[in-house]
Amino acid sequence: MSEYQPLGGRILTRPVLALGFIFLIGLFFMFVRFTEGMGAASNLNGGYAWGIWVVYDVMVGTAFACGGYALAFLVYVFNRGQYHPLVRPAVLTSLLGYALGGFGAFFDMGRFWQFYEIFLPWNWNFNSVMLEVGLCVSAYILVLAIEFAPALLERLGKKALLRTLNKVLFLFIALGVLLPTMHQSSLGSLLIAMGHKVHPLWQVEHLHPLLALLSALIMGFSIVVFEGSVSSVGFGRRSETHLLVKLWRVLVGLLAAFLLVRFAVLGFQGKLGLILAGDFAALMFLLETALFLVPLLILLSPAMRARGSRLLFAAVSMLLAGTLYRFNAYIITFDPGPGYGYFPSAPEIMVTLGVVALEIMAFLILVKLLPVLHREEHA
Amino acid sequence: MAERETDFSDLERRLGVSRRTFLKFCTGVAASLGLPSGAAMAMAKAVADPKKRPPVIWLHGQECTGPSESLLRSEQPSLEHLILDLISLDYHQTLDAGAGHQVEQTKKRVMAENRGKYLLVIEGAIPVKENGNFCKIAGETMLHLTHEAAEHAAAIVAFGSCASWGGVQSAAPNPTGAQGAPQVLKGKTVVTIPGCPPNPANFIGTVLYFVTYGKLPPIDDKGRPKWAYGRLIHENCYRRPHFDAGRFATEFGDEGHRKGWCLYKLGCKGPETYNNCPSLEYNNVGGGVWPIGVGHPCFGCSEGGVGFEKPMFALSDVLTHTPPNMFPEIADRGEAGGVGAGAAALAGAAVGAALGATAMAARKVDEKDREQG
Repeated sequence: MSEYQPLGGRILTRPVLALGFIFLIGLFFMFVRFTEGMGAASNLNGGYAWGIWVVYDVMVGTAFACGGYALAFLVYVFNRGQYHPLVRPAVLTSLLGYALGGFGAFFDMGRFWQFYEIFLPWNWNFNSVMLEVGLCVSAYILVLAIEFAPALLERLGKKALLRTLNKVLFLFIALGVLLPTMHQSSLGSLLIAMGHKVHPLWQVEHLHPLLALLSALIMGFSIVVFEGSVSSVGFGRRSETHLLVKLWRVLVGLLAAFLLVRFAVLGFQGKLGLILAGDFAALMFLLETALFLVPLLILLSPAMRARGSRLLFAAVSMLLAGTLYRFNAYIITFDPGPGYGYFPSAPEIMVTLGVVALEIMAFLILVKLLPVLHREEHA
Repeated sequence: MAERETDFSDLERRLGVSRRTFLKFCTGVAASLGLPSGAAMAMAKAVADPKKRPPVIWLHGQECTGPSESLLRSEQPSLEHLILDLISLDYHQTLDAGAGHQVEQTKKRVMAENRGKYLLVIEGAIPVKENGNFCKIAGETMLHLTHEAAEHAAAIVAFGSCASWGGVQSAAPNPTGAQGAPQVLKGKTVVTIPGCPPNPANFIGTVLYFVTYGKLPPIDDKGRPKWAYGRLIHENCYRRPHFDAGRFATEFGDEGHRKGWCLYKLGCKGPETYNNCPSLEYNNVGGGVWPIGVGHPCFGCSEGGVGFEKPMFALSDVLTHTPPNMFPEIADRGEAGGVGAGAAALAGAAVGAALGATAMAARKVDEKDREQG
């Protein structure tokens, strides 16, 4: 008997229909992007080649999808089996997040018809900073699919295949820890390549990979907390607060490390004064730092972290902090030269919302069909 | 070590060039072929070995002897010595000391003695109308002579645009039915070195490769060695930045022309002509001596279907990048930056909905926790 079970119940609930409607609008604009071109659907330009499709769908989206990575790290590398019930939903979110992130990268690609070249090693461009990211992300999507396969196999009753898979699964779990470590840090190093276009407060040069990795892990654990809280409310299941709260030590460590590195670098680079410059960038920096600090304070206080709502606030704050950190560095304070400006167009936002809607919709439907959520223990 | 030095000192006597000049030349050729530095020594050894010199039969059809001239008038130190000593030039109508029946007999003898070993160089177009009667040498048509010599050649090189694709002879209305060697010798591999005249370095490099490695260098679908004709003139042109920035000369002598801007709007065919002129230039004198370098648009002399066919001042097709209309504008700064009201509302609604849902969920989580105690 598996420790996971499908939720069952009606598939076409009202939230699913509403999300489906948003997705259809997004789909329409994706169609426009492929028939009329990038310019017709987005506000991307020569200066801002990275809009919300890259920064939200890929950079933020895959960091949100780091739940599977973060838990795999905790459960299998540090051998903390108590978190095992959280693994499968986290892997499903990761799979959906990464698959749709890859999809997002596809419609953001100027020459998308050359996408297949990534599968032809002899056509790889080793001078491209995107190569590592492209390879790693496509490989990780496959690994996640394999990591999630037991849920499908259990449902289909393929016991022999499941046994075989379980014997080699450790290999894919190892890859599932290695690959995100590689590409999440590489996503950070893209900022090194952007040089002076990145605002001094965000240009930390060779420490970009470390900060990107730390913030991705913070977001990964936060999404596990977020998902646990919200699904217990949404599906009327028992509260998982008692389990989620145990993650506080890890999160405090990660948050402290992130802030320490962040400020230490600025100190060494002699850029701390810019924080108090009083301009727009400084304001964004303070807002971002506050979003990292608030959850740190919540998690450090035993009374606060024991309350499910405060824990959820902390998780959302960390998710926003990581998101704002990426948006600040890649778009908001990014300066490609005089005359350029960028704010996403309505169709562009609808495409992104459509992708997010599809992701949530798929999660809602799959947890009802497949054994994803943990079997409820009765007290 | 000692032995190798002796070899090259022999060569010094034979060619009348210093060992240093000779090795520099080989290194230069290897570098422009894109070969590793070790290849220079291999080439030097191959040239130093007189046994390796392949016999060469050199045919002339409808042409001006431009390719031969450019090869001989090359300013590189003693290049003509090297050419004449690198290969055993057994038959060449312009350069042979003998004449008449004597040289024709020599040619037949050399071809019979070296069946399958000689190098055939064809210079000039081959007329095919009226059985090729428009061009005859020693009573035979060029058409017949070409087929005859190609039959047992080890390799065939078409030197110059005329031999490569017909050249000026094949320009409309082409009364003699002039064709290039690859069109006449269907089914045989013909290496083409087009150009009017072609750069001698492209010929020397190809022949040196053949002498050193016993095979022809990699060629493209038109038989051109890739090392020399692999890229458009446009790709390596030093006026290219002006093209990218939209700075064009529009008249001879106008401001742009005097400032050395891009000649595309004067009809430069660089964007559709494959050749290495921008990197090798011409006549080995440096200083930007080649058509575009001295301010004249390229007319596509080496490209079949462009040179002698497209009007001098007609705009060329830009083969590298004619972007599909789905590419975003390269420097579209005008409209960017505006925040649409709808877009702002949407972004706000999305963030608001997420925060609102969080607040709702938070309240319910606490209720649940209280219920469970």
